[in-house]
Amino acid sequence: MENWSLVSVCVLLGLTTRWAVSFSSYSGAGKPPMFGDYEAQRHWQEVTYNLPVQEWYFNTTDNDLGYWGLDYPPLTAYHSLLCGHVAKLINPAWVELRTSRGFESAAHKLFMRTTVLFADILIYFPAVILYCIYLSDGSSKRKVATALCILLYPGLILIDYGHFQYNSVSLALTLWGIVGLGLGWNLLGALAFSLALNYKQMELYHSLPFFCFLLGKCIKQGLMGRGLLLLVKISLTVLVTFALCWWPFLSDPQLILQVLHRLFPVDRGLFEDKVANTWCSLNVLIKIKTLLSRDTQLLLSFALTLLSILPSSIKLLTKPTLWQFKLALVNSSLAFFLFSFQVHEKSILLPALPVCLMMNELPLMAVWFLLISTFSMLPLLLKDGLLLPYTVTSLAFLYLGVYLLSALDRSPEEELRLGSCHKRMQNYLSKHNLSLLVKCSFTVSLVAMAGLSFTSVVLEPPARLPDLFPVLVSVFSFLHFLAMLLYFNLVQLTEPSSKKSQKKTN
Amino acid sequence: AVMAAPMIAEWSWFVALAFGVSFIKCLLINAYHSTDFEVHRNWLAVTHSLPVSQWYYESTSEWTLDYPPFFAWFEYGLSHFAKYFDKEMLVVQNLNYASPATVLFQRLSVIFTDLVFIYAVKECCKCCREDKGKDLLGKSSFILATLLLWNFGLLIVDHIHFQYNGFLFGVLLLSVARHFQKRHLEGALLFAVLLNLKHIYLYVAPAYGIFLLRCFCFTQNNADGSLQWRSFSPLRLVALGLIVLSTFAVSFGPFIVKGQLQQVISRLFPFKRGLCHAYWAPNIWALYNIADKALSILGVKLKLLDMSKFSKASMTGGLVQEFQHSVLPSVSPLITLICTLLSILVSCLDLCICVMFYIEISPEFLHWCIPTFTVNIAFLKALFTLFPTTELPIKILLMLLFTIFSFSSLTKLFSKSGPLLNSVEVAYLLGLVPLELICEFVYPLTSWQHTLPFIPLLLTSVYCALGVLYSFIRLYLSVLAAPSTTGKAKSQ
Repeated sequence: MENWSLVSVCVLLGLTTRWAVSFSSYSGAGKPPMFGDYEAQRHWQEVTYNLPVQEWYFNTTDNDLGYWGLDYPPLTAYHSLLCGHVAKLINPAWVELRTSRGFESAAHKLFMRTTVLFADILIYFPAVILYCIYLSDGSSKRKVATALCILLYPGLILIDYGHFQYNSVSLALTLWGIVGLGLGWNLLGALAFSLALNYKQMELYHSLPFFCFLLGKCIKQGLMGRGLLLLVKISLTVLVTFALCWWPFLSDPQLILQVLHRLFPVDRGLFEDKVANTWCSLNVLIKIKTLLSRDTQLLLSFALTLLSILPSSIKLLTKPTLWQFKLALVNSSLAFFLFSFQVHEKSILLPALPVCLMMNELPLMAVWFLLISTFSMLPLLLKDGLLLPYTVTSLAFLYLGVYLLSALDRSPEEELRLGSCHKRMQNYLSKHNLSLLVKCSFTVSLVAMAGLSFTSVVLEPPARLPDLFPVLVSVFSFLHFLAMLLYFNLVQLTEPSSKKSQKKTN
Repeated sequence: AVMAAPMIAEWSWFVALAFGVSFIKCLLINAYHSTDFEVHRNWLAVTHSLPVSQWYYESTSEWTLDYPPFFAWFEYGLSHFAKYFDKEMLVVQNLNYASPATVLFQRLSVIFTDLVFIYAVKECCKCCREDKGKDLLGKSSFILATLLLWNFGLLIVDHIHFQYNGFLFGVLLLSVARHFQKRHLEGALLFAVLLNLKHIYLYVAPAYGIFLLRCFCFTQNNADGSLQWRSFSPLRLVALGLIVLSTFAVSFGPFIVKGQLQQVISRLFPFKRGLCHAYWAPNIWALYNIADKALSILGVKLKLLDMSKFSKASMTGGLVQEFQHSVLPSVSPLITLICTLLSILVSCLDLCICVMFYIEISPEFLHWCIPTFTVNIAFLKALFTLFPTTELPIKILLMLLFTIFSFSSLTKLFSKSGPLLNSVEVAYLLGLVPLELICEFVYPLTSWQHTLPFIPLLLTSVYCALGVLYSFIRLYLSVLAAPSTTGKAKSQ
């Protein structure tokens, strides 16, 4: 079969899986008065369609910020406006100011799901295909297999097409940024990432690597010559993009402040619900949420985050290659996830994207991480009634990863990229034993995930500990994420700076 | 274990295909299901709650048992698992009961019984010619397995609309595979069982019977491959007859003893329904009815016929006075019938694909696959009309998937023999796109949607009927024109 048909088959399989998942329930279905994220997105269409731009982020009689107020940057608002216009054409009742609150119908669900699919096809799929064709190594069959596995990553599908969000838009724009930078189209990359930042502020998790990579490239070209010119061009691109996105708000500094206030709600506390990060897991042992004051929490979280991302960023600055860039993206976003303020469990999708891009080079670790990331969202998925899609997509992803990418066959030392670190370990652990250890841990981890998933669904938690299962899930995931953070940092930092001894240079 | 390991590795791609399609089937559990879902739930209830003597008399629900006894026993067997999911579905009075547990159970039962189909496909693949040295995606066994396992028509009819065709077709395919493997008695037994599972397979019984007669009862061929009349073996004929008769005896026996045979037959073959449902089935009756209607309108206009003689209720009123029970397809049993017809057509065409792969592909037989391919696409489009809009993306995606794969792999397989489709066929297939656009998007926005709602169905079925007819004519011509010796070349 020729490549174009293989790629089409992959795309179609990805789309089919997405649409099949969309048959399931969405967040907050049939749960008044607040419903869920689905209602939030519908409400934003209503607000952006009916109200003038200046009022979108303000608390007015028509716009009650307490009922799903806008808390994403302007690009999300413009997207909602566009969807609102389309909704108005089909059925005005969907976006009527105030009366459309809590509107639910089969036709409306179809419309909303279609908007997600449309955005996916337009932005995410092309980015993935481009990445796999141009920036991925190996035979064409291997590239297609990688593309298929990336497209079938369960976490993104379940959140976007089940729970209901538009993560694929911001992640796709980031991916376009990565592709742009990888192919040497620096301005396009900067533009795409700026757009991503303006779509969801969580993309700040990825911003430091982008910054360091671009700066590193400029430095390599000589800060006194072409490098400076490049730096100026990039800065201009970013500034212009931001200016264009925030255009309606630039007239009044109050507007900007209010938007920023909505985007970064420092009042909401260290964490909400159960998240697989440090603070929530620590809270199980010591109640830091109540022990420390809000300002101390902010400071602590800021300090730890900064500390954990600094080594990786500096390394990237000194060696701006694509491989380093991808690793830095993982490290940065994972560190933010683990240590930052007000993190939601859905934010695990941010490290998941760059890990997806590593499926070719580190198949076992990537598949392992991606499965854990999906598992960490289990309490949320169960709340949304997505047990069936979760089970099927996770099993399918595991099977594909093991079968197509030969994840289990490739765990000897070179593949784990531990490099010089392993040479020291060789006194204690031979190559064979290391690979055996890793495979065993992987299997044990899988069994534990399956067991926890099963018990979460079937068993009732004891009355004294009603949150037992979500806590177990998040602590389990947290431990894995911490270990992965250490591992990926090790891989990135132990890569020799010289070009000679490396297979992977860009 | 040493022998098993290379074999497992060899078939790992098959397992991957089977798992892949099963995952998709599981994801479709929450998709739309049709009245056929209620039909089977009712049969589960009837066979579980009532004694055997009542099965073919029960009529609380409009969906009375109209499959042969083996299928009733099959439902009875399933009902024993059903009670662990939701006991309420087994109560006959619970009409249209569709709790989540019921849906889960019914869907899972289809997915699990598809294992028969998967096994049968594997048996067929074993009979494919060896393709040493070709990469996996070019192997004929791979292509055959994919075309069958991922068959779009089967997927959407079985796992969205809801039927058990995968299981039944698996039995048919297995019997054919047994014939390829020269295990003729097993094959005959399987076919007899199949007839007692779903009597609609009687359509293929004549061809099947003749094949058995020719290949099994006549033990030798002449040197040039033609029939040697004197090698007829009465013993083999008797063996076949015994197998078939004993199967039917086991199946209908209990009902004959109770004197219910008349009732069972009347349930199985409800002749009262008439031919006029064919308005929506893309076969020759669609064209016939169109001509009929057109002529009748013409006749009235030219004052040759008296309008008052036509009954107002008839939709296909015309020179042949036929009546139908309802017009709208979404609520009537005619959909069941159409699905059944279409599904048997899917089965037969896949059988064609199978046979085609078995017989060494020589240029004369190339033409088998083109009509098969065209027909598959054409009435798969016809199947579209049966599903509501939420399933539209799935229909389109799965169809594109199937089309791209078939086209690409068949082209590669037969690339030596020239282009796969001639320009007329390509034009026809491309014409399906505007047809679909008109039926799904353009027409509902016009004013005719309310006055003449059946026009999209009409257009679809006429267009597809043309395609189906064209393909079958080509198929027949190539069969008749094919030299008789070529088929005998593959002997094991």
